Amino acid sequence: MANVTAFGKHPARHAKGLSMSRKILATTAVGLALASAPAMAQDCPIKVGVLHSLSGTMAISETTLKDTMEMLVEQQNEKGGVLGCELEAVVVDPASDWPLFAEKARELLTVHEVDVIFGNWTSVSRKSVLPVIEELNGLLFYPVQYEGEESSKNVFYTGAAPNQQAIPATDYFLEELEVEKFALLGTDYVYPRTTNNILESYLQQKGIAAEDIFVNYTPFGHSDWSKIVADVVALGADGKKVGVISTINGDANVGFYKELAAAGISADDIPVVAFSVGEEELAGLDTSNLVGHLAAWNYFQSAESDANEAWVAAWKERMGEERVTNDPMEAHYIGFNMWVNAATEAGTTDVDAVREAMYGQEFPNLTGGTAVMLPNHHLAKPVLIGEIQEDGQFDIISQTEEVPGDAWTDYLPESAVLMSDWQEKGCGMFNTETNTCVQIKSNY
Amino acid sequence: MSELSAGAIRRKPLVVQYPSLLIFLGCLALFTVAVTVLSEGFGIGVISTSFVKTLGKTLCLCLVALAMDLVWGYCGILSLGHMAFFGIGGYAIGMWLMYARTELIVIESLANQALPPTAQEISDGIATQIFGVVGASEFPPIWAFSHSLTLQLLAVILVPGLLALVFGWLAFRSRVTGVYLSILTQAMTLALSLYLFQNDSGLRGNNGLSGLQNLPGLGDVPQSVVSVWFLWASALALGLGYLACVAIVSGKFGSVIRAIRDDEARVRFLGYPVEAYKLFIFTFTAILAGIAGALYYPQAGIINPAEIAPIASIYLAVWVAIGGRGRLYGAVIGAAFVSLLSTWFTGGQAPDVNLGFYTIEWVNWWTVLLGLSFVAVTLFAPKGIGGLFDLITAKRSPDRHGADLGPDAGALREKEAET
Amino acid sequence: MARFLVLLWMVLSLPASAVAQDANAPIQKLLQEHGEIIAKSSRKTIGPAIDALGDSSLPKAPEVLQKWQDKELWFIKESGLFVYTEKVDGKTERMIDIATGEPIGEIAKRDLKQLKPNSGIRGMIGAALVKFQLRDPSRTTRLRALNAISRDAEETHLSALRDVMGDESDPEISAQMARLERLLTIEFGETEDERIAAIQHFEGDLGVDVRAALNPLVSVRVEAAEAAPEGEDVVRVLSPGSEDLSREDAYDILVRAELAKPRISRDDKRAALIANISDGEVAGIQVASLNSEDARDLAYAALAEQGTVDPVATEAEVDETLGGFVFFERYTGAPPAVALAAASVLNGIETKVALNQTADLALDAVSLASIYFLAAIGLAITFGVMGVINMAHGEFIMMGAYTGFVVQQFVPDHTLSIIIAIPLAFAVTFGAGVTMERLVIRHLYHRPLETLLATFGISIALQQIAKNIFGTQARPLTAPGWLDGSLVFNDIVSISYIRIAIFVLALLFLALFLFVMNRTRLGLEVRAVTQNPRMAASMGINPDKINMLTFGFGSGIAGIAGVAIGLYAKVTSEMGADYIVQAFMTVVVGGVGNIWGTLLGASLVGTLQKYIEFLNPSNTLAAQTYMILFIILFIQFRPRGIIALKGRAAEA
Repeated sequence: MANVTAFGKHPARHAKGLSMSRKILATTAVGLALASAPAMAQDCPIKVGVLHSLSGTMAISETTLKDTMEMLVEQQNEKGGVLGCELEAVVVDPASDWPLFAEKARELLTVHEVDVIFGNWTSVSRKSVLPVIEELNGLLFYPVQYEGEESSKNVFYTGAAPNQQAIPATDYFLEELEVEKFALLGTDYVYPRTTNNILESYLQQKGIAAEDIFVNYTPFGHSDWSKIVADVVALGADGKKVGVISTINGDANVGFYKELAAAGISADDIPVVAFSVGEEELAGLDTSNLVGHLAAWNYFQSAESDANEAWVAAWKERMGEERVTNDPMEAHYIGFNMWVNAATEAGTTDVDAVREAMYGQEFPNLTGGTAVMLPNHHLAKPVLIGEIQEDGQFDIISQTEEVPGDAWTDYLPESAVLMSDWQEKGCGMFNTETNTCVQIKSNY
Repeated sequence: MSELSAGAIRRKPLVVQYPSLLIFLGCLALFTVAVTVLSEGFGIGVISTSFVKTLGKTLCLCLVALAMDLVWGYCGILSLGHMAFFGIGGYAIGMWLMYARTELIVIESLANQALPPTAQEISDGIATQIFGVVGASEFPPIWAFSHSLTLQLLAVILVPGLLALVFGWLAFRSRVTGVYLSILTQAMTLALSLYLFQNDSGLRGNNGLSGLQNLPGLGDVPQSVVSVWFLWASALALGLGYLACVAIVSGKFGSVIRAIRDDEARVRFLGYPVEAYKLFIFTFTAILAGIAGALYYPQAGIINPAEIAPIASIYLAVWVAIGGRGRLYGAVIGAAFVSLLSTWFTGGQAPDVNLGFYTIEWVNWWTVLLGLSFVAVTLFAPKGIGGLFDLITAKRSPDRHGADLGPDAGALREKEAET
Repeated sequence: MARFLVLLWMVLSLPASAVAQDANAPIQKLLQEHGEIIAKSSRKTIGPAIDALGDSSLPKAPEVLQKWQDKELWFIKESGLFVYTEKVDGKTERMIDIATGEPIGEIAKRDLKQLKPNSGIRGMIGAALVKFQLRDPSRTTRLRALNAISRDAEETHLSALRDVMGDESDPEISAQMARLERLLTIEFGETEDERIAAIQHFEGDLGVDVRAALNPLVSVRVEAAEAAPEGEDVVRVLSPGSEDLSREDAYDILVRAELAKPRISRDDKRAALIANISDGEVAGIQVASLNSEDARDLAYAALAEQGTVDPVATEAEVDETLGGFVFFERYTGAPPAVALAAASVLNGIETKVALNQTADLALDAVSLASIYFLAAIGLAITFGVMGVINMAHGEFIMMGAYTGFVVQQFVPDHTLSIIIAIPLAFAVTFGAGVTMERLVIRHLYHRPLETLLATFGISIALQQIAKNIFGTQARPLTAPGWLDGSLVFNDIVSISYIRIAIFVLALLFLALFLFVMNRTRLGLEVRAVTQNPRMAASMGINPDKINMLTFGFGSGIAGIAGVAIGLYAKVTSEMGADYIVQAFMTVVVGGVGNIWGTLLGASLVGTLQKYIEFLNPSNTLAAQTYMILFIILFIQFRPRGIIALKGRAAEA
């Protein structure tokens, strides 16, 4: 395991020689607009906060992202850092303890004085951090697919909003697989609840009757799936094609898929599309019985592009041959590179300047297209649907154009009228009906 | 024998009988003043706001540890449910904080509209804001009193108190004791946390209540100031709680509960209503825990069901064990020591130990160390850190030549030898 | 440089391959005609391409369809020509002409695109292939065709099936064909009598496919008319405001049929008021006073009087309108006679289904009970017999499961690895248990509360150590192939073999426990030591040794339970924590010190949980919560459990 505390032990070395030419370069690149010359005031090293759980239940997923961040910081330092400064990753461990996230975020911003934070996985941890980030005007990059209905001035959401994952996957079910009856299975927490809420509303607008939507919530780490799987099979009794949309989280998937395989449910009879199952999760499973079931993401390791090949190779070289890459890692990859470019453009790491420079930032994503940062702090990214293969990888069978992320879903009446535009309107929750800003701070 | 001595001691003032009380209160006051002076909000800014919050929260943990010591160290009931009462207190105050804060926002945003809002619209607006994240937009009945600070403050005391009263009455009445009671209280905690995990509970499920550090109507006051306010409140609560606990354990009442701990059956034969005594202690400490929770969570900023999970209550018992059971200052020391140490280790500040073939990173190994230290404390230092004070005052347990410490299992009886 | 060479090579090789390819072969031309939609690969548009291939009567068409379905059809990006490929190395593919089957050169993989039909398209291809496959000599292919029919039935399949049915020699396939023919007749049969006969053929059949065929026939629509209609297709008359038809729904039906004027929603009313604000007033009412629904209703009524907005139906008017209509359900899925026949057959099936669902639920309950029992049996020994609270019991389960995982890393054969893992898991956890007993528990026999704390410390330490060694990721523990799948009684009642194996294992443990405790010297000594250690010691029994062995035995069983639980669920460092509270509950509810009590406790807990899940199927968490609440209450009233020890044993 890598060093927990910091990278770049000799920050001063670069700061003197290299930095002058780089600063001049950066300043000329942006032009004279930034007359305050914040670049000159840049403190070296530039600190990058990493706020991912390294212990507790979420360590399973988040440790990977910490390693990703360390790798990205290292790669950037090899390229000469940012604004002539070396980057230093400040890693803290919020230990899957939600209040501790808020505490550690405050510590990062006030004690370590980091310039940007990359972190969080669960929605509840993000909601815990939000008030602190907004109070102290920090900058957070959040890399995981989430339920939307939020747009904070201080957060860039590099994961998928529901319309970049759930809605296209549902469309795929409706149009390509002609599913007429839906089982929405989820772990009982915010992401599945809100996503299923949106999907229920969406499906009903698409003409699916309310009684043809079966919803079930299970606790974290649930393992006794026999009855639920039997219930799903029984749904087929009225002659409609059944599809499962799974927002089951983490470990619980192992038991779920094992039971599915034992019941002999083939993907041709009852297809399952999962939003939280990626390459990492499949590593804990024998996938031979799951071939053909689906997952929807913005990235799969099997994506064919040169950038991805290099990325996967670098990851495997660093972490070991058996390690896999996944969607949130790509989100960090895009987010980090966009931040680097925005800071270079702005000539400073000052939060407000970087935020302004972020809008419209483009960076090639790993699946071949280009990601764009929108004024609502979400990315435009393509949606990929993959079929599970025997080797635990995904076969990409459908890839859309870039879909712009939508902070407020169009499929729930109360949020359909809302939009977010920080660039023009300076508001994350703007009511288009009354033309007023509902509130500047976010809900938490 | 405690009967006789208790009568004699009673005439002495509390402070004389418990010199530690004065020392403790003095230290607490000194600590509070020192932190205030060093804080960013009121002083020279040596201590960061996040650390002030940590210290404030630690005081609340000390208070709940005090409650745990009273119920376990003095009365012999190893309750694994006191962190649940702590959480209930947090939820009760959190509901008001969320409601009041959201109400201000909603009224402000509705004021811009063409028609003046109806009461229903305001209520719907607040509900959508609060429950939007869990896919609901109506107030569950459990929020009926959330608009009133007074009622929710009452709930901080009444809900844990009543729950403890009913649960305790049922359990003590059927003579559930010892480890069975521990397992039963643990089951209660588990049921409560599972219940809160459900969305249907109306308390936002796994998300819990968040943004509690923002006090309604005081949006302009910086957190550096608010954190010190809460530090003061927590210190005050801890001081008063300590005083109350000393008052309870010092008199005849204290002797009876210690006797219950040592041999319940004998006390019952002597004619004391054992159940009533136990019920009082159980309920009182539950209320104390509730108050501690109500002060803790506005500092933590978020409360959710994971806080109530059974493991939290076990940690509480461990703090008390490490600090030293059966002495109030022991509990306070244990809670402060372990929770601050824990912060230090998990914060990544502890230096790694390089063994040559393997590097011990404390982030990964701290829990192992903590776990093994429970074992060590129970085996080798049953008196915990508090036992060190005995060395100073040269108090020693009588030499029993290796025989059992008493007739019943599981309790320490060093108090026996005191008078 | 390397990249340049590849490029150069590609440029050189491309024209060569294009020459070799026969672009004018009929099959290639046909594909080219539909090239665009094939490349687009969407179920909505692909139809013509598949139909054209299926109907083309080209000899190569079935093969192309088959390869396409198997994701083996590729096309060259530049020319759009379709080819099959063989892998040469990671970056290069050898192209094979679809018309001749001959290799026609190599090409860089990046210049090819693989067609990846989704499962919807694969189903359509399968349906088109049916007519080629039904007479195929290969049994698998014929079965595949039948599968395709059962998934995507088309009208043409019925006649195709009838054609081949008589010639089929394989009895299994023949039976399957006959069943499919009946099912298809229900849907596509030409005469009503034919369909009714097919429907009645399935009287009492539990298959999901039968219900799937019948249910659409009995679908109904609610309609309204001024007088009750006559006719066979009217199912029943509904009265508005009843359970089956709410007043709102009934009125909405009328509004939709334009038989009644609409009502207005709160938001629409508000919008109408806002639209009519002038000088801070709406119809002469101050805007500032419109802060209640009543005030807004008045303002709206005033507007309606002025004629600026449409009047809306009041509640009284709604009632009056509803009174003027009759609401009834009408069969829409099939002609009335067919629908009635289907309804009566379905009725009979539903009763049987309910019965079978109960049976299935009971099986699930038994299975869950056996899992709890397995998790608890080790505790029944250490806690039940010895009275030691071992909070690290869950971690022994975890250690057993990880032992299984490690064994599978070295022994790839799943059957063999499980055979090795079970005794090894016992050995590992036996060792761990004995060590723990010697080092810690021995010193705390008279302080049970402190045992709880110390073992809890060991528990969190072991959990973290497992995390440090194996990582936080869930690890696979794969069951041998012969435990895959389920024992299927019918389409409703089934249970996976792995659960049966766990059930059998639980029974074996019960037998082992009874044997050891009642029939061996060790058991006798254990009972002696737990009842009165001093007396036992004076009889020449070494209590220390017995305690050590008993604790090790209990821990070892937990290890084996871990292997079993890991097989059916997951292996993580926290898996033990998931079972520990339930395991203690099981032992306490059942009654400490009695194995039959533990068995009863597990059965009670398992059955109860499944029953609550059945009552509230959308929330599994609630089931767990209420189950624990029930246990708490149960213990209040029977503190010593279901089977309470009496007399002296109770005091031990």
